[in-house]
Amino acid sequence: MIDARRAVEAVWRIESARIVATLARATGDFGLAEDLAQEALGEALASWPDAGIPANPGAWLVTVGKRRAIDLWRRRGREDERMAAFAAELADATEAGWDPERIEDDVLRLVFIACHPVLSREASVALTLRTVGGLTTEEIASAFLVPVATVQQRIVRAKKTLAAANVPFEAPAPAEYPARLSAVLSVLYLVFNEGYAASSGPEWMRPDLSREALRLARVLVALVPREPEAHGLVALMALTAARFPARLDAAGDPVLLADQDRSRWDRSLIGLGRGALAAADRVGRGRGPYALQAAIAECHDTAASVEATDWSRIVLLYEALGRIAPSPVVDLNRAVALAMAEGPATALLEVDRIAASGALDGYAQLPGVRGELLARLGRPAEARAEYERAARLTGNERERRVFETRRRALE
Amino acid sequence: MAKYMLIMRATDEAVSAYEEIPFEQVIEAMGKYNESLMAAGVMVGGDGLAPEPGVIVDFSTNPPVVTDGPYGETKELFNGFWLLEVPTIEDAAEWAKRCPLGPGSKLEVRRVTGVEDFPADNEWIQKEAEWREQLGR
Repeated sequence: MIDARRAVEAVWRIESARIVATLARATGDFGLAEDLAQEALGEALASWPDAGIPANPGAWLVTVGKRRAIDLWRRRGREDERMAAFAAELADATEAGWDPERIEDDVLRLVFIACHPVLSREASVALTLRTVGGLTTEEIASAFLVPVATVQQRIVRAKKTLAAANVPFEAPAPAEYPARLSAVLSVLYLVFNEGYAASSGPEWMRPDLSREALRLARVLVALVPREPEAHGLVALMALTAARFPARLDAAGDPVLLADQDRSRWDRSLIGLGRGALAAADRVGRGRGPYALQAAIAECHDTAASVEATDWSRIVLLYEALGRIAPSPVVDLNRAVALAMAEGPATALLEVDRIAASGALDGYAQLPGVRGELLARLGRPAEARAEYERAARLTGNERERRVFETRRRALE
Repeated sequence: MAKYMLIMRATDEAVSAYEEIPFEQVIEAMGKYNESLMAAGVMVGGDGLAPEPGVIVDFSTNPPVVTDGPYGETKELFNGFWLLEVPTIEDAAEWAKRCPLGPGSKLEVRRVTGVEDFPADNEWIQKEAEWREQLGR
């Protein structure tokens, strides 16, 4: 039942962040640490399936990483103090420099460096999933439907960029902290959304990718428990992921919120999300954009039906969200809630205003929502034209089918 | 991702041996283990069972017989569980290996069924889903 290779990969998922962090601290070079960690993983994959997993696999991997570092420095003729210290540690004890309880700060530094602003989004995503999440290059490639070589290139390039920018392996200074934390949160949310509504490809959702993003957000919360938005992000992801079991029908097509079988929603995730939202509130610094979005998701998740949903509260929450994080997409969502709270006519005025601004040109959901409102207002010809436009604009095959089904229903 | 239950069982001797260790030490070791599960974002839940003996309802006869226990032929006491959410059973087993338990203790790792394991059109399965909703879990 237990597969030897999968067991090694499981150890890696548990240990990778601490191993890369420990090696980065020890060598002072994040890029090198990542290479060393991957080499250590390669050695584990080669020897553990036969020899068995060592009693302390984390220490084993760090030791191998350090040995590789010494080999490398010797080859380059760099026999300096750091190398001597490594060699002494390795000769002295097998578990040198491995204290899982003392490296939380280093893991946090790792998260910050993987999501550093000098990196592209794609690079940060790949680097975070590989170093913090312990995913293999192959797993990342298949999750994002790109060739393995593309992910490898992104990682190599990312490490070169960090080296070129001389980014230190340090937590950001207090003045930069909020912006840097927000960059970390947005990378995790990007991963979550890629799983939630795959932007390309035949599948509408890749739930495991979203669950991994949720797990990483929980890892982050443990590292920065006093940051309300980290809790807010966990809450948002959990309250959104709770609806996954009801989001697809038997044929794998999306089921919209109104038509979902709410008894299939994941109660334990709703509990986790509500707990995280309460934790964000307990910090006592108010709700940020993630917590506000989580509060909106909570309104849905705790309502027995669409009709029983507190739409007026959702409108308010979207208004608050629109003020602290202005976005035409938020305005569009507010209009959808407004349609439920006050009727389609009020909402259509709002949607037309957004459409006139041009801010959402090319966004499939704009004609999608407009089509829905027009249909409810008894204007089927205009609604059909909007659904046709929405179907043309979306890059997702499954979503296209939903728009087309709605259009046909109005014929 | 799937949910796995780590089911903790121990022999009477292991339970007695455990009682020799200072309570503070036990609670600290378990606390640190649980903290590591939280920090890794894999903990879903868990509970322990109280050490005092319960009763056994044995269905070997009709009507079933209620006796004090478990004693005698029972070699292992079920005394607690964790629920983890991880990608594979190998991950769950790897987490189980890290639990601070001693000789005579065992953790059984089992996958927890989800809605996808049962026919969605069965009325009792649908009822169960509604009950879960009522129970908030």
